[in-house]
Amino acid sequence: MSGDPQGGEGFEKPALEKLALDEWHRRQGGRMVPFAGYEMPVQYEGIMAEHLWARENAGLFDVSHMGQLLVHGIHVDAALETLLPGELKLLGDMRLRYSLLLAEDGGIIDDLMATRRGEEFYVVVNGATKHDDIDVLKHRLPKDAVVDHMREQALLALQGPKAAEVLEMLVPGVSELGFMQGGPFQACGHPAWISRSGYTGEDGFEISIHNIAAQQVADWLVGDERVKPIGLGARDSLRLEAGLPLYGHDLDRSTTPVMAGLGFAIGKRRRAERDFSGAARIFKEIEEGPAQKRVGLDVEGRQPVREGALVLDGEGNEVGRITSGGFSPSLQRPIAMGYVASHLAEPGTALKLEQRGKLFDARVAPLPFVPHRYHRKGANA
Amino acid sequence: MTVYFTREHEWIRIEGDTATIGISDHAQEALGDIVFAEVPEAGRKLSKGQEAAVVESVKAASDVYSPVSGEVTEGNQAVADDPALVNRDPEGEGWFFKLTLDNPGEVDGLMDEASYREWVKTL
Repeated sequence: MSGDPQGGEGFEKPALEKLALDEWHRRQGGRMVPFAGYEMPVQYEGIMAEHLWARENAGLFDVSHMGQLLVHGIHVDAALETLLPGELKLLGDMRLRYSLLLAEDGGIIDDLMATRRGEEFYVVVNGATKHDDIDVLKHRLPKDAVVDHMREQALLALQGPKAAEVLEMLVPGVSELGFMQGGPFQACGHPAWISRSGYTGEDGFEISIHNIAAQQVADWLVGDERVKPIGLGARDSLRLEAGLPLYGHDLDRSTTPVMAGLGFAIGKRRRAERDFSGAARIFKEIEEGPAQKRVGLDVEGRQPVREGALVLDGEGNEVGRITSGGFSPSLQRPIAMGYVASHLAEPGTALKLEQRGKLFDARVAPLPFVPHRYHRKGANA
Repeated sequence: MTVYFTREHEWIRIEGDTATIGISDHAQEALGDIVFAEVPEAGRKLSKGQEAAVVESVKAASDVYSPVSGEVTEGNQAVADDPALVNRDPEGEGWFFKLTLDNPGEVDGLMDEASYREWVKTL
């Protein structure tokens, strides 16, 4: 049998960091693989079962590899707005916004979550890119802005339709948060910053807590029969079903917010002022249309089509590339995401995919593949 | 009836000049949830070490190699229809294909079951 049957991420340098919960993951039966410079659990009992558990109950994810940054100084909102296209000046206190760190040519350096905490911003960036991000922020933000990397904080995500009822038992009041809202709480006697957010498409929370308290919180959560630990494998299949792009796969420095279908991350006022990094190219793309667009694809048959496969038009011309693909545990069929020439990006468009010399029929699908179930205040009972 | 194993985690069961081939319990465990299997059709000639079948889990795709040369007499339609059968019974009902051996001597040099199980523990 070919390949690494562990499905390891490969291509990693050997010097790997350990998570605060490293021992805990091993005790839970986690299979550890190299990812973003850390040894991380790819799965515990199995990706399929974990994925479905998170969709039906509540799943606990350790995402402590991600970079937690605190940006402070005078007029931090204005400073961050030079590199991020979102509306930050008017962002309410303790509100989160999905945003993008942009290069001068409009390419995406990273995607992130930014939360206003009074005059400061709490920013969560991807694990594999955090050191580069910190460099970019330190060099390109106005001098008054100070970036602290909160290395002592672990980050846990509790995701799924039962997440709120479980976490409310540990942290009274937390279920009052609406989607994309956060606040300071106590968990197991330790201060915790908790927000109603995540990357699975489900309702859920992200819990930032000191490394020394992470195990106590994780133990309490999995002590509830509605909660199981979930590995990276299911995290990937959950976010793919939710149509959410993954940096380093669906987003990189060659993609822009317009190509990636992330125009919602560009604030209304920012569209008028056009004063952020990469604005010239981005507004040209908004006006003229990008050459390629990110789309979802339903794949015929049962065989997964994965990252790197080519997208072909009816005449066999290469018109794009798959950036994420796999088998959807919820839908029990293969799904994929990729970039295609803009004139072929309409849902329903028939395309061919080519992987290892084999052709697959596919059709452009609206995203998400599985509907989001966020807890939007006023929208939910 | 004798079972041999390869370093690529295939097993091969020999009965006279017929061989049945699949992937080991260790391999299915490492792959995780298997969602797709493609088996060779009867009549296909395979040489030793050639790609013969495809197995894909949620996470990864792998080729299954033929440990010996021969002509395929049957691909297991049951695993093509229900790939999770490979997880449930990898060294039994979850076999991939059967073939008629070209050269029974080719199994010399493969590991016997006891050696394979010992070797896997060292991985």
